[in-house]
Amino acid sequence: MKTLPAFSLLLLAAATVTAAPVTIELPPETATFKPAKGAELAQANCLICHSSEYIASQPPMPRKFWEANVKKMIEKYAAPTPPEAVAAIVDYLVASYGVPDVPKP
Amino acid sequence: MTPTPASVSRRRFLQRSALAGAAGLLGVRASAQDTVTLPFANGERKLAKFPGKRPLILQTSRPPQLETPFFVFNEGVITPNDAFFVRYHLANIPLSIDPDTFRLAVQGHVEKPLELSLAELRKMDAVELVAVNQCSGNSRGFFVPRVGGGQSGNGNMGNAKWRGVPLKAVLEKAGVKAGAKQVVFDGLDKPTLEKTPDFVKALDFDHAADGEVMLAYEMNGEPLPMLNGFPLRLVVPGCYGTYWVKHLHDITVIADTLENFWMATAYRIPCTPGAAIPPGTTPAKTEPIQRFNVRSFITSVADGATIPANKHSMLRGIAFDGGAGIREVVVSLDGGRTWQGADLGEDLGRYSFREWRLPVALVQTGPLEIKCRAFNRIGESQPMEPLWNPSGYMRNVVETVKATVA
Repeated sequence: MKTLPAFSLLLLAAATVTAAPVTIELPPETATFKPAKGAELAQANCLICHSSEYIASQPPMPRKFWEANVKKMIEKYAAPTPPEAVAAIVDYLVASYGVPDVPKP
Repeated sequence: MTPTPASVSRRRFLQRSALAGAAGLLGVRASAQDTVTLPFANGERKLAKFPGKRPLILQTSRPPQLETPFFVFNEGVITPNDAFFVRYHLANIPLSIDPDTFRLAVQGHVEKPLELSLAELRKMDAVELVAVNQCSGNSRGFFVPRVGGGQSGNGNMGNAKWRGVPLKAVLEKAGVKAGAKQVVFDGLDKPTLEKTPDFVKALDFDHAADGEVMLAYEMNGEPLPMLNGFPLRLVVPGCYGTYWVKHLHDITVIADTLENFWMATAYRIPCTPGAAIPPGTTPAKTEPIQRFNVRSFITSVADGATIPANKHSMLRGIAFDGGAGIREVVVSLDGGRTWQGADLGEDLGRYSFREWRLPVALVQTGPLEIKCRAFNRIGESQPMEPLWNPSGYMRNVVETVKATVA
């Protein structure tokens, strides 16, 4: 007989009249920030609410993009990022995941 | 190039339909390291196995955001539960729910507030509907210039048979008071921080009570997978997934308009035709995203694939829209110069994926540019060139697949 995965068994249980809760276990979070100056600040602040792929999967973007997003996290999502950490976090994000601004001629 | 369409018998179609799979034509490239590369800058993603799911494209792990590998859409017009995309906003998601003690509250501007168990909902007259759910930002990774947000390919969509009760019936049970303006939906998924705006969405009352908006407890004949909203989710046929609140446990009728972050700031589109503005600009005025535009895809041939010359093969794909229903799909085999009508597959309802098929026998070898374009029953179609908005929503350009005939 085909072995049903544990989750299917739970669903079957849920379909009957038993009192068993349906429970899942998420796989461990393995993604990490790129090691560089400021990574510990990104880790301490960004990882409170979301995994690092939120950053690592973004397209190569300039400083104003990362600035706007750190601001959005603080102003719209209430991230408790200390104001004095913002500049260093943005520097880290631009250096590790962004593109440097092209100097104006 | 003069590709020759050929009519083929159904038996031959069945024989030939194995072609795409056998030739390995489909989907994103998978490597030995269980990664895929979506076709845009920084598009490499891992495949990850989450509970109740086969390995899917890992967009983010906390909260889980999983994209359906595109080849799945060639396997049938119904997307299997274990392949259906997953999209959460906030990381404090429910991991254990007791279906016996779960209750749906119906409250607010009603005569008789309710606390309904799943058993009570299942005792009500059930409805079934096949409907596409599509993330507002499906295909965002293809925007040029690129925009921030979840960088998905085309796999943040799926088509399932939903079973549940019409929201209208539940609202009638509660007796909505005069003056109701909106219905507000909250799920068990919560923010990590108390001050982060909870994911709560609203529909205008007339929409919510249209008889089609559904509280679904089953998906393709099974209880909803946990990551798709077990034990109950809102189904808003023809509308973007942002309204399809998962783990739905609170319905509140209000006499005004919900102006929270998720309605008043996020998920808004420019008030312009096609929600389009010039690339790189800011919209003058926005409104909440609402109904799907028309889309169609080629599913049987992946970009870069080789199609054998002088053999009958069946081009296939899917089309859908916001609920008018697909009237016609046309296909071009010469980069858009000439078009021919495809056969439409079984009609599973106006909110479903509609399969299209075009038998071809390609004579001339060399590069082949395949395009498909759908029209709905009210004459809407897809733009030949991509439209742009700053949030990367509602992409629906005519898709192109570049292949080689050899």
